[in-house]
Amino acid sequence: MGNFLFELKEGLLISLRAIRANKIRSILTTLGIVIGIAAVVLMSTAVTGIDQSFQKGVSSLGSDNLYIDKWAWFNNDIPWWQMRNRRNLNMEEYERFKDLVKLPVAVAPSIWTNQTIKKGETSIEFMMVTGTTNEYLRTTNLNFNQGRFFNEIESKGARSVVVLGSEINKQLFPFGSAVGEEIELKGNKFKVVGVLEEQGSFVMGSFNPDNQVFVPIDAVFKFFQNESFRSITINVRAPNSQLVEDVKQEAIGAMRQVRGLKYYEADDFSINQQEGLLSEINKTIGVIQIAGFVITGLSLFVGAIGIMNIMFVSVKERTKEIGIRKAIGAKRRTILSQFLAESAIICLIGGVMGFFVAFLGTRIIEQYDFPVSLQYDAVVLAFVVSLLTGLISGFAPAYSAAKMDPVEALRYE
Amino acid sequence: MNLISIEHIAKIYDVGSEEVHALRDVSLTIEKNEYVAIMGPSGSGKSTLMNILGCLDTPSKGSYIFNGISVGDMDDNDLAKIRNKEIGFVFQTFNLLPRSDALHNVELPLIYAGMNSYERKERAREALAKVGLSDRVTHKPNELSGGQRQRVAIARALVTSPSIILADEPTGNLDTKTGEDIMALFSELHSTGNTIILVTHEEYIAEHAARIIRIRDGMIERDEYVEKRIIPSSNNHSLQ
Repeated sequence: MGNFLFELKEGLLISLRAIRANKIRSILTTLGIVIGIAAVVLMSTAVTGIDQSFQKGVSSLGSDNLYIDKWAWFNNDIPWWQMRNRRNLNMEEYERFKDLVKLPVAVAPSIWTNQTIKKGETSIEFMMVTGTTNEYLRTTNLNFNQGRFFNEIESKGARSVVVLGSEINKQLFPFGSAVGEEIELKGNKFKVVGVLEEQGSFVMGSFNPDNQVFVPIDAVFKFFQNESFRSITINVRAPNSQLVEDVKQEAIGAMRQVRGLKYYEADDFSINQQEGLLSEINKTIGVIQIAGFVITGLSLFVGAIGIMNIMFVSVKERTKEIGIRKAIGAKRRTILSQFLAESAIICLIGGVMGFFVAFLGTRIIEQYDFPVSLQYDAVVLAFVVSLLTGLISGFAPAYSAAKMDPVEALRYE
Repeated sequence: MNLISIEHIAKIYDVGSEEVHALRDVSLTIEKNEYVAIMGPSGSGKSTLMNILGCLDTPSKGSYIFNGISVGDMDDNDLAKIRNKEIGFVFQTFNLLPRSDALHNVELPLIYAGMNSYERKERAREALAKVGLSDRVTHKPNELSGGQRQRVAIARALVTSPSIILADEPTGNLDTKTGEDIMALFSELHSTGNTIILVTHEEYIAEHAARIIRIRDGMIERDEYVEKRIIPSSNNHSLQ
């Protein structure tokens, strides 16, 4: 064992000498590994980042929330045409439901519509407007940057008041405070009463509260569309996650009562939960992960082939040197470890540089609000992957060097 | 006891359909502190004999006893060990590692012998001093003259205190004057107790040895002691 460590150390020193002696070639070879490792590390940070962002986005929905809807969001057991034929949920049903349930902390209706928002010369098209009541705030984890949510009076009175998501606020009011200002929604003036704190969840898209505005639900019916036109969603907030199941059972019972369903009739509504979304997201992330690692793995593979190629060239070119070393007593194992160490070192240097490139890359990508998360395990990943790459791609060339016949190697010119 | 004892060895190479008999039937013994020259024209089999004597190659037939150990059936690793500890090679083309300095070239066999860094540097410096190159320790081969390179190679051969020094045409790439200096060095090494086997095709070089073995067509043609040995005048890089 001591002898092995000694040979390893000497092998490392010898290979460092060889690498220094062939600087340009080593640098070019390393470049392939640098790119490969940078790609793998960047990919892993991006996947981690996307994952975290999804989780954050989902948790901004609240893990204790239920959404009673005409449609099942993720459930594919019920055929879509059956769901299409269900009755729309309306405000009257909401009111009755709300009176029936006892367990929830809060119950709020919501409806979504896409509208154009205008402030002076700035306008945003197809922006999501959520219509809801003052109760809505208590079904979410939203916080305020400025102002407040609309109150019960404004809500019941269908007043023209609006709460802005942080991103919308940034675009419409880049310089000053928004609260008290007026904006236009489909030509109707609305007064801004509050601005939400930034949620920063990348993946929720237009469902991200940052990219929405909130108005009283009756204002939606009054200004944008007929109440009977679309189905609303009822947001139900359980007191805590342990009680979610109880709240769900109570909600099902209450909804069946509201709908007047007979015992043999199936539910004509769906209770949606964050869990459905989570499992859906995990599936998607799994696919992204596999695709990402296959693609970046390919670039690393190309780098590894480069190493193998250059190691074969190096062995061939140093045939005479190998002959000399063998003549003066180098064993097969010594030659093998010398060349293995050489390719491992090249790859490790490439790994360190690749990690550094990935580190700079994440810094740059962060500037563009794409979620990345460089974790400590990425260091381990880069180290292990580059070491393995070096050992695997270096083995065949090193083995060919080790089994050379010293007489023929010495004769090589 | 004989240092080297080979009996009826043959070396046969398969070259495609034909067999080439590089050595047909060679037997010889060499004792400690002998100075032997092996001579022969090219193609005579003297290189093959040298490779076998130097444990770089194994004979196809026959037995080779080196220092009481049978070498003929050893595996690669054991042969490497013997080469490392018992044999010092000196080649016609010097065969130094071009990118390493003299010190590293000389300490290389000690690295393979597993000696620690301090001790082997010490011994490498001593060996370089023996061949008169104390002031060239950090020079790389391309910064040295041909004679100096061969001295580094000799220092490398000496550094492990081997049982024999095997020199293959050591003056072949050197001018006459430098060649003589190198031959003087060998004579001095011999006089201090080293066993030297010299492979050459030059009569004049061979006559520095005490005994000449002539090879032709894979057989020993003659094996005789030199009547009028050339004893070179000691040069200015003499042994201390």
